[in-house]
Amino acid sequence: MFVAFDNFPVMLIWLPLVGGILTFFMKSEKSAKATALFFSFLTLGVIVTNLFYTDVKHQLLNQVSYIWLPGIGTSFALILDGLTRTLCLLTAIVVPIAIINIPSGKYKNPNAFYGLLMLTFCGLMGVFMAIDALVFYLFWELALIPVYFLSSIWGGEKRIKATFKFFIYTFVGSLFLLIGILYVYLKTSGSFSIVSFYNATPTDGEQAWLFFMFLIAFAIKMPIFPFHTWQPEAYEQAPTPVTMILSGVMVKMGLFGVLRWLLPMFPYATKTYAEPMVILIVVGMLYASFIAIKQDSIKKLIAYSSIAHIGLMAAGAFTLKSVAINGVFIQMFNHGINIVGLWLIADLIERQTGVSKISELGGVAKKAPILSIFMVIIAFANIALPLTNAFVGEFMIFNGLYQMKPWIAALAGVSIVLSAIYTLNMVKNVFYGEVATAVGSYVDVNKVQITLLTVLTLLIFIFGIYPTPFFSMISETVGLILNKFVSI
Amino acid sequence: MNAIILSTLWGVLMMYAGFATSNKKTVSVIAVLGVIAVLVSNWLEFLGLPFFNIDTKGMLGYNAFGFLFNAVTHATLLMYFLLSAKEIEGSSKTPSDHYALIFFITAGISVIAGFKSLLMLFIGIEIISIPLYVLAGSDKSNLKSNEAALKYFLMGSFSTGLLLMGIALLYGDSGTFYLEGINIGIGFLTPMKTMGMVLLMVSMAFKVSAAPFHFWTPDVYDGTPTVYTSFMATIVKAAGFFAFLKLFETAFGKVHAQWEVLLSVIIVLTIVVGNVTAVFQQSVKRMLSYSSIAQAGFMLLGVYSMNLMAKQGIILYFAAYGFASIGLFAVLAKFKDHSIEGLNGFAKKQPVIAGSMLVSLLSLTGIPLTAGFFAKYYMILSVLKYGNNLWLVIIAILGAAVSVYYYFRVIQAMYFKDEADATVEQVGFSKSFQLLMVVNAIVLLVLGIHPDWLMLFL
Repeated sequence: MFVAFDNFPVMLIWLPLVGGILTFFMKSEKSAKATALFFSFLTLGVIVTNLFYTDVKHQLLNQVSYIWLPGIGTSFALILDGLTRTLCLLTAIVVPIAIINIPSGKYKNPNAFYGLLMLTFCGLMGVFMAIDALVFYLFWELALIPVYFLSSIWGGEKRIKATFKFFIYTFVGSLFLLIGILYVYLKTSGSFSIVSFYNATPTDGEQAWLFFMFLIAFAIKMPIFPFHTWQPEAYEQAPTPVTMILSGVMVKMGLFGVLRWLLPMFPYATKTYAEPMVILIVVGMLYASFIAIKQDSIKKLIAYSSIAHIGLMAAGAFTLKSVAINGVFIQMFNHGINIVGLWLIADLIERQTGVSKISELGGVAKKAPILSIFMVIIAFANIALPLTNAFVGEFMIFNGLYQMKPWIAALAGVSIVLSAIYTLNMVKNVFYGEVATAVGSYVDVNKVQITLLTVLTLLIFIFGIYPTPFFSMISETVGLILNKFVSI
Repeated sequence: MNAIILSTLWGVLMMYAGFATSNKKTVSVIAVLGVIAVLVSNWLEFLGLPFFNIDTKGMLGYNAFGFLFNAVTHATLLMYFLLSAKEIEGSSKTPSDHYALIFFITAGISVIAGFKSLLMLFIGIEIISIPLYVLAGSDKSNLKSNEAALKYFLMGSFSTGLLLMGIALLYGDSGTFYLEGINIGIGFLTPMKTMGMVLLMVSMAFKVSAAPFHFWTPDVYDGTPTVYTSFMATIVKAAGFFAFLKLFETAFGKVHAQWEVLLSVIIVLTIVVGNVTAVFQQSVKRMLSYSSIAQAGFMLLGVYSMNLMAKQGIILYFAAYGFASIGLFAVLAKFKDHSIEGLNGFAKKQPVIAGSMLVSLLSLTGIPLTAGFFAKYYMILSVLKYGNNLWLVIIAILGAAVSVYYYFRVIQAMYFKDEADATVEQVGFSKSFQLLMVVNAIVLLVLGIHPDWLMLFL
């Protein structure tokens, strides 16, 4: 039955779920946090263990399928493959960091707060592992509900409006996704499994509009221009742990959807629309970068910077070049690490000074030299300097873009320059220069924070210098996606 | 057959129960027992154990679809009685009369579940409508309730008139009241048949409050005592849909292509009008009235496509919509102030009730893992399967997206707003009521995870 703990995917669903439910019943904040942490580390442990069981011999441990509704041909089917492993690992790293970083007493009803965080965790795992379209849709929606409550209850001043906008956007997107899924389902022999979806053969004309039905949902989630307007506000208003999960992991749901569902399902339409899509995305990247330069709020700056980076990954996916898609895979992981680092530091600063405006800050480096070192490393990673993790992925994506059309690569390259401008400007104005009044009594990071930041910077360097393990892990999945395009 | 006869008899019994005992609690207990008896007897007949053998000359007959519809009606009615017993007791000096009326309506619904002739359709609809007029006006001292009753009566008799005229025209053309007979004779549409069919469609649209025949709904639902609004908007409305679906499937199935355009116009109007007007409502009760119009638009999709998926879906929709709305109305009936602000901070005061309401609202919105999701899923799937009408699905979907706005306003009020700026009344909820609300939520969740447990009988 479904409760069996004899394989990895089921454990990865159950641990956060059980942890989340238990957390709800905790009385004190301490026990709630401890329970949530315990279960998220347990999940991290499971996924790390799984990295040693990736070969074909252990296939049975990495894939499950329980019949759910035989009448409509859907089963609770999960898989752990290269793509999934990358993202599950990222999720399992981000969630504990987000939880540890929460200062005690910050949120009322901590048991509900931590519980909902864990439920989000469970939903994300489900989205990434599902290989049944209906189950995928189910988790796609379910991951959203706890986030909606988290942001609306514990968020900033304009939380209700901002979160609601976010919710409506994603909900509309997912409804289109539902139409798309049901239409393809009717083209199969009555099964929601991913294999039958891959083998369904909609005509070229149907592919053209089905492509957009799926794309809208994914584009809103990522978000790519022009569906991005919910994002900066939602990031700014959500409580920091939620923002970390949103920007680090949840936006990857869109990219993941493109790679796992959209490209292999509609190769013909993808081929047709690939170039216009890439151009649109690159324009959106430039647009977001220019807005980021103008931002005075650190949080909004990071949000717009994230739009630009996600855009680059989306563009890479649509190049359909092996090197670029490999780059997207690795960059999905690395972007998650970097942006969580940025949010962590932004949160530390805001927590102490109560300010998140760049113009009201300055000279933090004089008061907090250790924090500044970490900040500079993470900022360098954000602008993809060599030896940092983001360099590998972005370099490969650019390689793919160049193969597609050199001028597109050149245009996208401008966004990297812009990214250097706004990131370094922010570092300069916040950390150097005169000590602002708000920073007057700044205290440097404590031991817990140093540990968190060290973990992040270590990950930045390790994958910047030695990314090979990644490529061996994902090569098979990339091959599967690109095989679909060979015959077209 | 069991269900019709037993609910009629129990209706009579309820009338006399008022004489036998003045204890209102006892009356409620008898009513609950009655619903259980009706539920069981209907199920026994489905399993092949009819209590009565009556020759209806083929005017009444049940198939699995009819039995299942009956069962859903009785199950929702049971939940309704359990949740609203206090309000029904409080609505009159002699609640036994109201219980009796509800049982007569249930008999009418069972007639609808099995009609095979236009005569039975007419009788069934009349049996349902007339007691409802009384229930709408049951709050005699309240002007709004009187207005609701009169309005409902006028509109109801008007639409019944249309129904009769349609039946007369069809009888004149085909010489039979039997649905099968009409279907056989319908090679193509003569002017007389067309007229009859359109009249029937309009009159059914009136009954299920589809736009542009929906204008009576908000006022009637608003004026009627909340406890009976709940009954009208869910159980009775479902009967209207069932009649609509069965009538057009059995009698006009062959000429589907001729009427589908007209129906799709009605559907689009219903979805747009219902959703857009619901957005502007400040009172939860009125919002639910308009949203019931919007939900009606979604259910009409099942009438439009009327394949197997549509039938499965509409049964599930009845259950999903019925349980969710009955739960919400049951809570609302305890409030005097029905404004959305009146619910501000409700979750902190009554976490259990608020949690159950949350499940109901999510189900009405159509979020996965609640029954409402699969209800909408089946509706969309059935229309896509019918083919060639993507635009209809997209409009329905956009309507569903709008519905998030007003359903979530209630959630926002309950969970995210502070009570400081609100006028929350101190309403006490008994332990048993809380337990029933939790059961209600569990039913919605179970149907959301395993809808096949309901549809496996079809």
